[in-house]
Amino acid sequence: MVKKVVTIKNKTGLHARPASEFVKKASTYCSDIILRHKGKEINAKSIISVLTAGISMGTVVEICAEGPDEKESVEGLSELIQSNFGE
Amino acid sequence: MMKGVAVSPGIGIGKAFLLIEPDIRINSSRIESECCEEELNRLNTAAEVSQEQLKAIYKKALERMGRKDAEIIKAHIMILEDPFFMDAIREKITSSQITAENALKQTIEEHVQMFKEIEDPYIRERAADISDVGMRFLKNLLGISFQNLDDIEEDIILVGYEITPSQMAMLDRKYIKGIVSETGGITSHTAIIARNMDIPAVLGVSGIMEVIKENQLIAIDGYKGIVEVDPDSDRRKELFDSLARKNAIRKKLSWLINAQTRTRDGKQVELLGNIGKPDEALEALQKGAEGIGLFRTEFLYMDRSTMPDEEEQFEAYKKAAAVMDGRPVIIRTLDIGGDKEIPYFNLPKEANPFLGWRAIRVCFEMKEMFKAQLRAILRAGAFGNVRLMYPMIATVDEVARANSILEEARQELRERGEAFDEQMKVGIMVEIPSAAITSDHIIKEVDFFSIGTNDLTQYTLAVDRMNEKVSSIYKKFSPSVLRLIKKVIDVSHNEGKVTAICGELAGNPEACLLLLGLGLDEFSMNASSIIKIRKIITSVDFRQAELISKRAMELEDAVQIEEYLLQELKNLGLDYLLEL
Repeated sequence: MVKKVVTIKNKTGLHARPASEFVKKASTYCSDIILRHKGKEINAKSIISVLTAGISMGTVVEICAEGPDEKESVEGLSELIQSNFGE
Repeated sequence: MMKGVAVSPGIGIGKAFLLIEPDIRINSSRIESECCEEELNRLNTAAEVSQEQLKAIYKKALERMGRKDAEIIKAHIMILEDPFFMDAIREKITSSQITAENALKQTIEEHVQMFKEIEDPYIRERAADISDVGMRFLKNLLGISFQNLDDIEEDIILVGYEITPSQMAMLDRKYIKGIVSETGGITSHTAIIARNMDIPAVLGVSGIMEVIKENQLIAIDGYKGIVEVDPDSDRRKELFDSLARKNAIRKKLSWLINAQTRTRDGKQVELLGNIGKPDEALEALQKGAEGIGLFRTEFLYMDRSTMPDEEEQFEAYKKAAAVMDGRPVIIRTLDIGGDKEIPYFNLPKEANPFLGWRAIRVCFEMKEMFKAQLRAILRAGAFGNVRLMYPMIATVDEVARANSILEEARQELRERGEAFDEQMKVGIMVEIPSAAITSDHIIKEVDFFSIGTNDLTQYTLAVDRMNEKVSSIYKKFSPSVLRLIKKVIDVSHNEGKVTAICGELAGNPEACLLLLGLGLDEFSMNASSIIKIRKIITSVDFRQAELISKRAMELEDAVQIEEYLLQELKNLGLDYLLEL
């Protein structure tokens, strides 16, 4: 399993457009990917889970992936978060 | 005849097409464990069918509604692909041994509830998306056929309890002559899409589904918010003729959209639009507005459960400023109270709300909220020609008080190092007689006046327009109000400043000659009136208007004044504009 801790820095958080971009990207990997946040585990491939998790600006989350492309998926998703979704 | 909220202008006549919510029966009995596999297969098939439908709708939506509105459909597709949602249904089928439709229905309800409990208004509204897509999924699962909106090939008026964005996406603009629904208001998705698609719409018509029958002829007036059932042949002809005449007049005047507003002898005035949301700025521009004369910010605070913060407001104001591209945008600070209620403010019920705690009076007490709005407006000023306006000012010391809070807001922005307009022009709404009477004092503290004629009339005549017993006392051309208007204009001109009117009077063709003659500098109105007012102003001489206003001001009765102004409009051959 590969893990990485990242901080959400874009203004709207994982919300609206950024949330769907994040989920779309997560769905391109075949590994199981979850976000850990405040003891909760959020399925990164589920728009409903991500939206209802209420991940706002400044939130620290841990991306955890397990599967054949676990390394690439954690890297790809943390890059997307660090790009601030173009905001 | 029934009344609702006019949300998208125009007149439409057609057969009623009723969007019927099917009676969905769920088989809630337990199933044998060996049947689970079959239920899971049914579920998958229905999910695939729904996805295919939505993909086709998305394609159409892109053509018909544009990328932004089409994104709503994209979100629906994502919900059907969501493993969390789909697994929840599958889990119910296998562990509780229930039918696919029962599992689906329960899952939809749970998810809708989950979204509804979230504080953030954006996320909470997604509950509607879950029910919309969930209903499609459920119908496909049960083999309930959809009313095919795509195959409509005659003029219809769409009537429903609620009309969803995915239904709107199916509409072929050619045959849909109007939209009527029981629910929804001016800021609903349906309203916004209807305006973007240029379809007349009247929403919030309570009881309409019980009154109207399939294929019954109905006529809707999206200007006035009226729905007529079974208009007889004379009435139909009347409506068709009036529609045709209106279209012909609009077509003939369309060249004026991009013209300047100058009288034949060279006097120039400005015609501005009134808006409630930043998206309406573009619409105003396309209808010929030379700026925004009134941005009613209370709409940003409505239909939600928490206050918009500084950032959100800043984005909204900035957007309007950017769209207007250097043309003036006058932003009025929050005007709530009176007839405009916002639940989360918890304003106390008052015996006389119009004389009570409203607008600037509320803002003085809720200073942090007020300052957040002022900072947002000041910052938007860095991105366009933004001006600030305080509502409900009665006395000169209130202006000083508001300005000192404004200075605090400026200081906070300086400390934050934020870009904003240091020189922003500040004005007031003149809507309380006291402000008009002491306008000579107030003008020294402000850069401009904007007269709110609706409230000024009701306060001057002490008449509640909503009270049928006295509403006949309310007259548009009351001499007392006209004198106040004249005084305010003269006072501002003496100081080398300007006066606007942002009430209904500004878009009234009969009032136009009078107001022009009184020297009014800016007319701010519902953007769809701009073209007719521009036609009148560009057709006359300023000197002629001055004479007309002088005569009108000598008359002692509101009805006489109205008749006289109408006569002058007729003499100029411009009375046909009254029909627009």
